[in-house]
Amino acid sequence: MSTVDLGIPSIRPQHASPSSNLRGTQSFPDAARSELGDETLRGNLRHATATIQTKRASAVREVRDWQKLRNAGSALKWQVTDHLPELLEQLEDSVTAAGGVVHWARDADEAGEIVTRLALERDAQEVLKVKSMATQEIGLNETLAHAGIHAIESDLAELIVQLAGDTPSHILVPAIHRNRAEIRDIFLRSMPDIDPDITDDPAALAEASRRFLREKFLDLPGGVAISGANFAVADTGTMVVVESEGNGRMCLTLPRTLISVVGIEKIVPSFQDLEVFLQLLPRSSTGERMNPYTTLFTGVTEGDGPQEFHLVLLDNGRSAVLEDPEGRSALHCIRCSACLNVCPVYERTGGHAYGSTYPGPIGAILSPQMTGMHGPDDPNTSLPYASSLCGACYDVCPVKIDIPKILVHMRAEDVDQRRETSGQFRGTWDVAMKGASKLMSSPRAYDKAVRSAGPLSKVLPGDNIGKLPGMLPLVPGWTDHRDLPKPGTSFRSWWDARERDRAKNPDSPSSDSRTGGPDAAADGPATDEEQA
Amino acid sequence: MSDWTDERPTRTPGVSAKDEILARVRSALAVPRRDEVTDAEDVPRAYQRADDKQEVSTDRGKVRDVLVQRLEDYTAVVHRTTADGAAAVIAEALGDAARVIVPPELPEAWTSSVTADVSQDDGTAGPRELDDIDAVLTGCHTAIALTGTLVLRADGIGGRRVITLVPDHHVVVVEEDQVVLGVPKAIERMAEDPRAAWTMVSGPSATSDIELSRVEGVHGPRRLDIVFIEPEPDPEAEAEAAVKKASARKPTAKRSSTNPTQEKTA
Repeated sequence: MSTVDLGIPSIRPQHASPSSNLRGTQSFPDAARSELGDETLRGNLRHATATIQTKRASAVREVRDWQKLRNAGSALKWQVTDHLPELLEQLEDSVTAAGGVVHWARDADEAGEIVTRLALERDAQEVLKVKSMATQEIGLNETLAHAGIHAIESDLAELIVQLAGDTPSHILVPAIHRNRAEIRDIFLRSMPDIDPDITDDPAALAEASRRFLREKFLDLPGGVAISGANFAVADTGTMVVVESEGNGRMCLTLPRTLISVVGIEKIVPSFQDLEVFLQLLPRSSTGERMNPYTTLFTGVTEGDGPQEFHLVLLDNGRSAVLEDPEGRSALHCIRCSACLNVCPVYERTGGHAYGSTYPGPIGAILSPQMTGMHGPDDPNTSLPYASSLCGACYDVCPVKIDIPKILVHMRAEDVDQRRETSGQFRGTWDVAMKGASKLMSSPRAYDKAVRSAGPLSKVLPGDNIGKLPGMLPLVPGWTDHRDLPKPGTSFRSWWDARERDRAKNPDSPSSDSRTGGPDAAADGPATDEEQA
Repeated sequence: MSDWTDERPTRTPGVSAKDEILARVRSALAVPRRDEVTDAEDVPRAYQRADDKQEVSTDRGKVRDVLVQRLEDYTAVVHRTTADGAAAVIAEALGDAARVIVPPELPEAWTSSVTADVSQDDGTAGPRELDDIDAVLTGCHTAIALTGTLVLRADGIGGRRVITLVPDHHVVVVEEDQVVLGVPKAIERMAEDPRAAWTMVSGPSATSDIELSRVEGVHGPRRLDIVFIEPEPDPEAEAEAAVKKASARKPTAKRSSTNPTQEKTA
């Protein structure tokens, strides 16, 4: 590989446009803190993630060759990354041969410009959309709105989110953070012809959305619809869209013009390879043997469906993900969301805390790589730490992305980056670590330090030590994201007291084991990180 | 408070978006992965493929039963019949639909007992017109037993995609030779014409978007009926096949667990 043709050598991979929905305004711990206070959210999430997890597990258990399918899926995705330039050109040729038009978008802004121009050229004032992560990522609805084009989400959950002026919080069920009563209120507020006595029964609410959208669908002929794609087959130019409600079929069949915005990593080498992914995706995603509807179309079919097809191939930071050999498999993701549902962190914080279109474990490795981690104040620098490294995400991943390993790799990168910056680790952390090592190498100094910890901590309010001011000699930063129980007594003081007690009172069993705190102190700061 | 800058990605003047993206990707991949590059032939195909023995040799009766069970699992209504009974069963499956649309090449026999007003799709009806039609009757290209999936090709039998989408009731006729066991065999059949417009249907349209409770019937047809035309039970042929099977089997061979019913008839 030493003599690789770099094309134009000065061109380097680029991160995503800053306008992309890939970075929140707060760091993960700060955002998580406010989300955790929301009882409704936590209840909904617990119920939802538990339900899908169970369904997924039983759907997967049915498949005897599941692990072999995962191996094939993983290898196919490596084949795609290793041969991406050739496969992209092959895809372009196949789509063009089938009557489609291929556009290339370097970043979110360029993709927005292309879609807007296509829609304006067709006088579209309203476009219908099929749920698509890529268009959410590039903020397409907002871009279109600037040009006076109203984009309507046709997936029920996306519609709920859109009508509420909200952002999605789950890849598969974007409105997972809303319960039925909230959804009823949202509908009552924003659907003009809705029955004011509608109940919060999910069937009634789904029916209301059917009526609301039906008219829009029936008016689609002549219009424009926008979709993403789950898979883009290089050898045939076939787009595959997997869905449940039928809104996808409507948008892929009824308009005159169809525009699909697809990330460059969505490629599947050959049509035959769909036999792997169409088994892996539905069972991992919704826990069904097969999702209700899957549409496969290639370019333009005469007399059936859209008579104009535009494929927008999107980079927007994907080339930057490819640049890191340790992290590039994050691009193998087929957006099934199985890793979200098993993640103990996601289950508690929900998707909004991640600040990106891509939440959960996969988001924690994908978003920061797409945007880059620009130092300690960049919210996305905090994402690789949004994990207990329990490994459940890797076990369920249908294409075997080793998320925990990439998380650790990215944490190391962050630390290395901070080492370069004075005032970061080289300053405080190094001093603190040096101090700790001195303290711990002398039994006498250590004894003194731990014995004084109890009385000293009494000046702090509450039962736990929260965030400490950085100038305290306790490792700064460590307490930023961790509460630790106050040390009641050091083990040595507790032992001394116990021995004294025994000498005085030889029959009674030690009564102070609950209040004396060696165990409390011991399981304090360690649990979060050490399960790895 | 943000002490970081997020620069816009650079675009190289004078270079097309396509060339620039490809150059970015090539430059990114110039740092190789630590292990080998994966080529198409390196993909481990140890999973059950189209020629897997389970796909090839599972007893057909059993495959049909699995299909029916999986279809019903998705709350589709399945009517099992034979070629002779098909016309009557199709009429029954269409229920009280007054207006029915069919694709142009649908076998005429299938609609011979239908009393409703049957119109043949001439490729002109738009969604507004189709919205007034009560039901659509089509054939099918492939049916996948293990997943309960009907694969429709947009042709003279499967119909234009829009006619199987807008009417609220879809009746699909499935014939025995279209049934496969697993997804790989279905993809193999579809790969003979990959550029067609394909729709894979597994049960009626559904959503689980509200608190994950499944609601049947959102935008696609809310009712799905399957008329399954199975082979006539032919006692002579069946006995013959069973004898053939028995003689082909070595005396010490283990009994195949997949076709206990046929072995009893021998």
